[in-house]
Amino acid sequence: MFIPMAVAIAEARVGKRGERIYSSRVPQLLERGFIAFKSSTYMMVLSGFIEPVLYLLSFGYGIGTLLPTIEVGNETIKYAAFIAPALLATSAMNGAIYDSTMNVFFKLNHDRIYQGMLSTSMGPLDVALGEIGWALIRGFAYACTFMAVIAPLGLVVSAWGLLAIPAAVLIAFGFASCGMAITSYMKSFQQLEIVNIILLPMFLFSGSFYPVSVFPVWLQNIVNLLPLTHAVNLIRGLCLGHINLALAGHAMYFIVMIIGGLFFTTKRLNALFMK
Amino acid sequence: MSNPLISARGLTKKFGDFTAVNGIDFDVFKGESFGFLGPNGAGKSTAMRIIGATAQRTSGTISILGKDPELHGPQIRAHLGVVPQQDNLDMHLTVSENLYIYGRYFGLPRKFVKGKVDELLAFAQLEEKRDTKVEALSGGMKRRLTIARALVSEPEILILDEPTTGLDPQARHILWDRLFRLKEQGVTLLITTHFMDEAEQLCDRLIVMDKGSIMAEGSPASLIKDYSTKEVLELRFGSDRNQAVADSLRAMCDRIEELPDRVLMYTENGEALLEKIYAADFHPKTSLVRRSSLEDVFLRLTGRTLIE
Repeated sequence: MFIPMAVAIAEARVGKRGERIYSSRVPQLLERGFIAFKSSTYMMVLSGFIEPVLYLLSFGYGIGTLLPTIEVGNETIKYAAFIAPALLATSAMNGAIYDSTMNVFFKLNHDRIYQGMLSTSMGPLDVALGEIGWALIRGFAYACTFMAVIAPLGLVVSAWGLLAIPAAVLIAFGFASCGMAITSYMKSFQQLEIVNIILLPMFLFSGSFYPVSVFPVWLQNIVNLLPLTHAVNLIRGLCLGHINLALAGHAMYFIVMIIGGLFFTTKRLNALFMK
Repeated sequence: MSNPLISARGLTKKFGDFTAVNGIDFDVFKGESFGFLGPNGAGKSTAMRIIGATAQRTSGTISILGKDPELHGPQIRAHLGVVPQQDNLDMHLTVSENLYIYGRYFGLPRKFVKGKVDELLAFAQLEEKRDTKVEALSGGMKRRLTIARALVSEPEILILDEPTTGLDPQARHILWDRLFRLKEQGVTLLITTHFMDEAEQLCDRLIVMDKGSIMAEGSPASLIKDYSTKEVLELRFGSDRNQAVADSLRAMCDRIEELPDRVLMYTENGEALLEKIYAADFHPKTSLVRRSSLEDVFLRLTGRTLIE
């Protein structure tokens, strides 16, 4: 009897873990990302790279002139070296959030692309991981280019700073999975604005431009719960070579975000397209 | 007959208090073209989504190629080609990229899919549009591309939900022609439609659905034979007079239906009946004799027309 290749491929996955929601098709989804990227608007890609550089120029060398150095712990560093890691963390967040909210919202509600994908032998976890994976590739590219700007300027004090790139990808992963989970619950484009409303104050108050210790204790406690604070502390710790157990704690924060985000995204995609 | 490819018993789907599909039974056999005819909201699309393993039933049983779609979703979907009611092509990609990536979603190797793309572009008569962005295609072309896309995995069963809704007559005929070819190749077709001409053209066998239930089942010809007369005489007397006249015409034919804009008289010989009506001094504004269609079957079964 003739067995179509697609059937043989699907049957080969019988008995594998999570076979009902996952078919190991993340590479194929990334392939889609590359094909679509080839004909996408490069301006948007460019802006993701330029944004942190502009912040670095205006704040690092603007405020940096008034305030050449800053105390971190018992060390004195250049102001630009203080904010550069924070800008890397923020650009990882922004890129991941953009990909997992705006882009995902359109594919979910407007183009119905996921509906088409899920009519194939793929599952919702494939789609979630594929979309997030694409956000990570972009996050990785942004992190590398920003590093290529700040390292020659002497703004990465320690060799540990090299680990800031994988850390940025981890941060992007956390934000992308939570961003996609939140987006999958959104009913209208207007509701997505909430994400922006949260993002901006988080950027301004998460210790990017000055240490959190300037705040009263009650505000410090709130700020220390925010994901971007953990992201900033993680990357700053690596770039400055302040290696301690707290960094593992920050990384854990993002691992929890990743697992939680993936769980709700898959659950929601199942409910939207498989119920 | 051999074992059915798809078999449903007491298939039910509820959304909260609303019952979309209400305990339906049907069997679909290999190589046949099976239709779900009914108005919008009859539960056809929901039934299709359950068969397509993208919706879960509330109760009842369904087996597709001997498997339960709830337990073996990916394996069942690997056998199916799905053409949804609304096109969901990837607007960011070109025509050929759409076909290519869809094949890749099934896990098929690049080389295999590339060969398939050329074959399907020819099938869909879209060779010249190969590198065009999907957005720029006409409705008929998009539909053909969606069907071609559904074929990329060489499915044994093709599910078409309202395949020609929104298309002009010429585009519909091109599409029907493509579907005939697939049927000739042995692909099993499942088609939902609210167009009786489409059901008559394409379906070997169909179920008539209304409000989630099956009203009748059979071939188009047998349904017409069982539920209607050979011919229908359509008369228009003007919207204010139709009903009054209908009451006096009732005795002259087997059955009469009054619609807001016209009166339908069911008879074995339409021309003869029309002569009798003129002889009895009735003067319709327009008259038309036609063969009975599935529309008449639906009207008989539900008292309503398919397109409201």
